[in-house]
Amino acid sequence: MSSTQILLIVFLPLLAAIIAGLGNRALGNTAAKSITTGALFASCLMSWPIFLGFLNGSLQETVVPVLKWVESGSLTFDWALRVDTLTAVMLVVITSVSALVHLYSWGYMDEDPDQPRFFAYLSLFTFAMLMLVTADNLVQMFFGWEGVGLASYLLIGFWFRKPSANKAAIKAFVVNRVGDLGFMLGIFGTYLVFQTTSIPDILKMAPGMSGSTIGFLGYRVATMDVLCILLFIGAMGKSAQLGLHTWLPDAMEGPTPVSALIHAATMVTAGVFMVCRLSPMFETAPVALSMVVFVGAATCFFAATIGTTQWDIKRVIAYSTCSQLGYMFFAAGVGAYGAAMFHLFTHAFFKALLFLGAGSVIHAMHHEQDMRYYGGLRKHIPLTFWAMLLGTLAITGLGVYHLKLGFAGFWSKDAIIEVAFARGTDLATFAFWMGVIAALLTSFYSWRLMFLTFWGKPRWIESEHIQHSVHKTPEQAGEDTTGGYHPHESPLPMLIPLGVLSVGAVLAGQVFAPQFLDSAAFWAGSIFYNENLIHRMHAVPYLVKYAAFIVMVLGFLGAWYAYIRNPSIPAKFVEQFRLVHQFVYNKWYFDELYNVLFVKPAFWLGRIFWVKGDKGLIDRFGPDGAAALVVQGAALAKKVQSGYLYSYALIMLLGLVAAITWVLV
Amino acid sequence: MGGFPILSVMLAVPLLAAIACLFLSAPQARMTALVATLVNLALGVVLWANYDIGGAQWQFVERADLFAGFSYALGIDGIALLLIVLSVFLMPICILASWEAIDKRVGEYMAAFLLMETLMIGVFSAQDLFLFYIMFEAGLIPMYLIIGIWGGADRIYASYKFFLYTLLGSVLMLVAMLWMANGAGTTDIPTLMQYDFDPHVQTWLWLAFFASFAVKMPMWPVHTWLPDAHVQAPTAGSVILAGVLLKMGGYGFLRFSLPMFPEASAQFAWLVFWLSMVAVVVTSLIALVQSDMKKLIAYSSVAHMAIVTVGLFAFNVQGIEGAMMVMLGHGLVSGALFLCVGVIYDRLHTREIDRYGGLSINMPRYATFFLLFTMASIGLPGTSNFVGEFLALAGIYQVSTWVTLVCTTGIILGAGYMLYLYWRVAFGVQKNEDAAAMPDLNVREWAMLAPIAAAVLWMGVYPESFLAPMRKDVAALEARIARAMPEGDAKLKDGEPKAAAANAVAPLPHDKGSEGGH
Repeated sequence: MSSTQILLIVFLPLLAAIIAGLGNRALGNTAAKSITTGALFASCLMSWPIFLGFLNGSLQETVVPVLKWVESGSLTFDWALRVDTLTAVMLVVITSVSALVHLYSWGYMDEDPDQPRFFAYLSLFTFAMLMLVTADNLVQMFFGWEGVGLASYLLIGFWFRKPSANKAAIKAFVVNRVGDLGFMLGIFGTYLVFQTTSIPDILKMAPGMSGSTIGFLGYRVATMDVLCILLFIGAMGKSAQLGLHTWLPDAMEGPTPVSALIHAATMVTAGVFMVCRLSPMFETAPVALSMVVFVGAATCFFAATIGTTQWDIKRVIAYSTCSQLGYMFFAAGVGAYGAAMFHLFTHAFFKALLFLGAGSVIHAMHHEQDMRYYGGLRKHIPLTFWAMLLGTLAITGLGVYHLKLGFAGFWSKDAIIEVAFARGTDLATFAFWMGVIAALLTSFYSWRLMFLTFWGKPRWIESEHIQHSVHKTPEQAGEDTTGGYHPHESPLPMLIPLGVLSVGAVLAGQVFAPQFLDSAAFWAGSIFYNENLIHRMHAVPYLVKYAAFIVMVLGFLGAWYAYIRNPSIPAKFVEQFRLVHQFVYNKWYFDELYNVLFVKPAFWLGRIFWVKGDKGLIDRFGPDGAAALVVQGAALAKKVQSGYLYSYALIMLLGLVAAITWVLV
Repeated sequence: MGGFPILSVMLAVPLLAAIACLFLSAPQARMTALVATLVNLALGVVLWANYDIGGAQWQFVERADLFAGFSYALGIDGIALLLIVLSVFLMPICILASWEAIDKRVGEYMAAFLLMETLMIGVFSAQDLFLFYIMFEAGLIPMYLIIGIWGGADRIYASYKFFLYTLLGSVLMLVAMLWMANGAGTTDIPTLMQYDFDPHVQTWLWLAFFASFAVKMPMWPVHTWLPDAHVQAPTAGSVILAGVLLKMGGYGFLRFSLPMFPEASAQFAWLVFWLSMVAVVVTSLIALVQSDMKKLIAYSSVAHMAIVTVGLFAFNVQGIEGAMMVMLGHGLVSGALFLCVGVIYDRLHTREIDRYGGLSINMPRYATFFLLFTMASIGLPGTSNFVGEFLALAGIYQVSTWVTLVCTTGIILGAGYMLYLYWRVAFGVQKNEDAAAMPDLNVREWAMLAPIAAAVLWMGVYPESFLAPMRKDVAALEARIARAMPEGDAKLKDGEPKAAAANAVAPLPHDKGSEGGH
């Protein structure tokens, strides 16, 4: 692992982004796509040896200094790239998924007129994400944090002619900024307490501060708790946790490869990464950790409930992401940072797979995203079906404890559920139950998605997109609910990433579980590793170990019964529990609430301050009032009206003459 | 630099060119102005290159005693150096921005601009109280002319508002200066910066200066002249107004209020904090509902300048250096944003946001620049404004967490109004045919925006070039005001560290003695 290698991994995507972005149409589609995709595959190929090196223990943490950044009094921070085990894990996740998404986009974005711009944004995003995970100080992490926010904004709004895309892009940026407010205050506070923003130095000094108190907004509070809570608010924004989650479902306005890369595999996991990176610090802050557990557990349940009711295939997966991030957070909160990172790692593969698979379905279905108009696609797009099936088995966590055999999600998600149980506190037990219920719902909504999409009879002709394609109305199509539409399997550039990610979704858990979960040596101090807790995790009762498996089967059976066996059930259920369904279907009314509480008042207040404040009060009694007074004084008025400029100059000169006279005398 | 009076030359070049412009034809006047400002830019680079970082506090000193203690005294420290460099950097760009937009009385227009350059450099380099006063107040005269003659439809209202606000402040400041010259027996600014006035007297002097600087900043509630002035001013006028003239208020606080009246500054710090907090929230919200592009950016300037004032009155290095960086960054970014408005105003002759839309389709290069400056304006890390805002807010956090919390909401609101603006101008569909037919940037416009873009990124990625020259001066200022430094509200109290991590659990019974083996 040479310095050059690390520099290339991080800066090649930036270079590619600049070339493709500035070259744009002059460069042409193929060149722009080749440069960015090439750069990402190069980064990816250079990242895996580093990860494997940390895996077999042959590599040590390294810091590559790049450039001085800021020195202001004792507040100094530089550009530097830090690589340790934690970073190495993120490096392979980011570069692998990004390289595959670049490749996938060759197919998915093939007909888009703006391809160089799209690929430039993708590469720019990857650069910012790499800066985030290689940060050696909190401010560079914040740079990456905002950089991915920018790329996310640009990519959500990529189809900028659509008002909905613009709204979603702005919403994503602004809601994230609410979290960033916390992050920034956290950095300021950390600097105040430790006189540094260097992450290793902070982590070293944090335990010594665990008994101290500090003033914050007029209250006296535990220092480490307030710092960690502020930083965690930043994490909540980026990782779309309960309260600051509203931007993520709307972010699905972006092209599907973007959803896979940014809003599933990488950017949204930045919050989890941050908590793990700062885990020794969080371990000095019990209240903050309780908040992490609670928010994580609540989100994993809350988002899963919404996931069961949505019709848009991408939104289902988006809420699923939100929910899975909740698992990662409560794992971190109970002290199992290795398990949190492990779930981040496996989730990146199977969630990227599910999104890219959904993209392949959408591609095949003429941009239709509503699952009500899918059905029976299994035979038409078999490769996509198999990829999605493997992704579903991975996310629902199929695996059997006694066989020591399972898909990726089995290893990571079950570990999280077990460790929450093993932790034993009331809050951890609450998280355990939320985790189990969410696992049930996960299985239900994942299979619901599969059944609605790939099984049953085709319901395609109901879709306006399909009607446009075949030039028929449902009446004209009559009995033939396909409307004569022929879904096509996606081209090779889209199928290869599906294949590679399928391998990851199947094997990532099985292969890497020993290191991620059980090896303090693997983590080598890059996260807080809780040996005793992991032992306890392995010693939980069998019923706990099989809890996730049992609810997974129940979820599957429920979905099978409601969507295959007896498809009239869902409608009856909705009829029966109208209020509950409305509440969940409308996403617990968060958007409506925020609209009433924040968005509308902001515009209303802005207008009031402008019309009543600036014009009605300040101007009326200030300059306009003064002018009116002057006009009333007739003698003065003429002089002033004869030209403001001259009177001004005159007054100035008179004053100056007076001054000099005074000094002279 | 030997004995070469570079500051005087920098004052003389634009002044002579201004006189020449009055007698030249329009094309000749344009060329003369461009050459003169470029010469001054070159001189500014020479000045920067020869500035001895860590050397004497006052460099390039020139002095000619005139009469009665009043003297022609010039000299700069790092703070003044940076503001002069900002001024000479923006001037040629302003001339380019007026190249085609101004077609009547071109000679007089160029003369006004060149005169203003002389006066701006004069403000930042004057070392005599009254020399400063003359430059400070006279600098507004060319601005009046620019707004009043080449301005928009409502230019008379705008200039009289400007006049009324500034009049009051300048009269009070002059009285205070007289008192100081009399009391301290000198008009030499460096001497006065070390002079200890009686704290009771400081209160009155501080308020008198505050009246002038608060209007210039502008601080809420004496800001209402700014939106009108910007809206009516021609593009280049707005650039100089936002880029340099607003910085005179901040420079005044740095040069006069803080070092000369430290006790009074501490006494009134909370007045400044309150006005700034109100400004951040109120003017940001007002910016959100504007339908006129220039007004929106003008209101956003008020919000950004509030970060400057809280930073200055944080009484620590980060606050002051951050405030300076915001001034420099905002000078570039708001100037660039006004240029961006000017570019499309020249094509469609309206500032109504609704008349545009979808410009990234027909003007992709323009949209890219506009995006960069939008992002810089909302303080994206890697751009100039982030460094400044981050340092200023980190500085104020050491004084008050409440003030920091309120001022940091500016990053949320700022993102709101700027992205909303960008959406309505550059994104969306091309709903207006005439806007959709506008051509992309020409070479002249590209030459205006590209240097600012480079500077914005330079300041964001490697701000050391800008922090280094002022480091020693800010440290000296901090040492000077340290005695009045307000106590922060954090008051960190040590306690007994906890023995174990929060999630520590006891080992399993059968694990004892076989730790790690499983």
